[in-house]
Amino acid sequence: MRVLLDPTSERVPATRTLNPRPASLDGLTVGLLDISKARGDVLLDRLESRLVADGVTVRRYAKPTFAKPAPIDLRHEIAVQCEVVIEALAD
Amino acid sequence: MPDGWVVVLKRDCPTCTLVEPVLHQLAGAGELSVYSQDDPDFPAGLPVVDDRELETSWRLQVDTVPTLLRVEDGTEVARTVGWLRSSWEELTGVTGLGPDLPDHRPGCGSRSVEWGVEEELDRRYGERVLTSRTVELADLEDEHEAAYARGWTDGLPVVPPTEARVLAMLTGTTRAPDEVVAVVPPDLVPCTVEKVAVNAVLAGCLPEHLPVVLAAVAAACTDGFNMHGVLATTMPAGPVIVVNGPVAQAIGMNSGVNALGQGNRANATIGRALQLVVRNVGGGRPGEVDRGSQGQPGKYTACFAEDEAGSPFDPLAASRGVEGSALTLFAGCGWWPVVDQLSRTPESLARSLAASLRGVGHPKLAIVFDALLVLSPEHGRVFREAGWDRARLLAELEGLLTVPAAELSRGVDGMAEGMPPAMIAGWGEAVPLPKFRPGGLLIAHAGGTAGLFSTIVPGWVSGAGGSEPTTVPIGA
Repeated sequence: MRVLLDPTSERVPATRTLNPRPASLDGLTVGLLDISKARGDVLLDRLESRLVADGVTVRRYAKPTFAKPAPIDLRHEIAVQCEVVIEALAD
Repeated sequence: MPDGWVVVLKRDCPTCTLVEPVLHQLAGAGELSVYSQDDPDFPAGLPVVDDRELETSWRLQVDTVPTLLRVEDGTEVARTVGWLRSSWEELTGVTGLGPDLPDHRPGCGSRSVEWGVEEELDRRYGERVLTSRTVELADLEDEHEAAYARGWTDGLPVVPPTEARVLAMLTGTTRAPDEVVAVVPPDLVPCTVEKVAVNAVLAGCLPEHLPVVLAAVAAACTDGFNMHGVLATTMPAGPVIVVNGPVAQAIGMNSGVNALGQGNRANATIGRALQLVVRNVGGGRPGEVDRGSQGQPGKYTACFAEDEAGSPFDPLAASRGVEGSALTLFAGCGWWPVVDQLSRTPESLARSLAASLRGVGHPKLAIVFDALLVLSPEHGRVFREAGWDRARLLAELEGLLTVPAAELSRGVDGMAEGMPPAMIAGWGEAVPLPKFRPGGLLIAHAGGTAGLFSTIVPGWVSGAGGSEPTTVPIGA
């Protein structure tokens, strides 16, 4: 893990902000992030089939545990591979 | 620390291998603990503590190997470094040590003080002294792209500010990391020595450059220099740093060939560090509070040292009341060469310089703008050989640059620009008006030994309503 020191005034959050929600998913890649709670995959499987039927490219991801925030490497992977991410929770 | 004798050594040290038989003697005579920095199997036949991580070496502040300590009740009571039989015998109370060895051999450098290692050990085992927020990067995240993505750069790549680099940078100053250096505009953020150090790392500075950067930040953030105005103006103003005194040579600044140009690390990175502090800490970014209409490349960095040894004049900072290592900050709007390859008398050269200086800002605007004239050595020689000092040249230029106010009035010479008629009416049309206010023309000396060209740095709005050239001492 590499760590840098923030050179700024630290008046804004260090994590980057969300992109605006797109008006359409045409031509975009959507990441489906399973937080690894029971039956979350059921919801995501259904979402995937609906999105693929609409011609959307879908990639699947999973957090190692629902009890912790997604690791920074996973967040980076999603950020560089997708324009949109849907994080799903089922219980 | 165990009581008894403690030895720190490494196999990769001829003196450490030399004393191997001595260690076997000591092991038979008392409590001996041996810490090896590079090979836990050295010395053979003795119990050795593996200190390849160098934590014990760091905690004991070992700078030379072998180091021999005597520890009583957990406290060090005696220490010797290298091999000196008499010292080892005195410390241990054991006589006849190493009878086949020479009396004395100096030790070697400890691995814990190798370049870059010491700072990393400080970071790992020392109390955390840094308070800047940490930013974690993903393994696949390019660190240079990460800096761009977070808006930390001026458009050029930056050196990633790791904790180890920032700690190393802080060794360049005696000031505490949490000391506030200045309140940085436009966001008026209190900026600590540590934050300046982080930005100095970004800029590519070496630790010895840091005191100059700290002085520059302090100067820029004074009410007089008015960094907020320099940023917010639509003119292409930016801070120009002129460094005087022994510090310039000590940190390898360039005052000679291409002094105002690229190629010298200290010149390039000190000016850049100031700009990055203004950008990152103060929030002064182009298109936001920085409203420069066109800007100019000196807004990346603008910093040089004065060639004092070759100058016909006293140092710029000294002429402004600060002797020794000091810097002068000037709000400059670009770089403007003056060509005169034919003048061999000071009178002729002064006339050429005056003709060019008249155009600063606009030929028909007087007192509004300051200027920094950087005399080249070949131009400076003309004044030196004629015995002109700074005051003499300034007086000559003032005479040449003073005209009746009526000649500068708006509309005169078919140019709408000029001094307001109401102002001229108030003074009287015949009143002589100098181009520069008193003290508004600064003269420095820099450049290579060939080239009959000097440089004018036109200023931004001068004085209390704009920016005052600001000279401050450079501390430690």
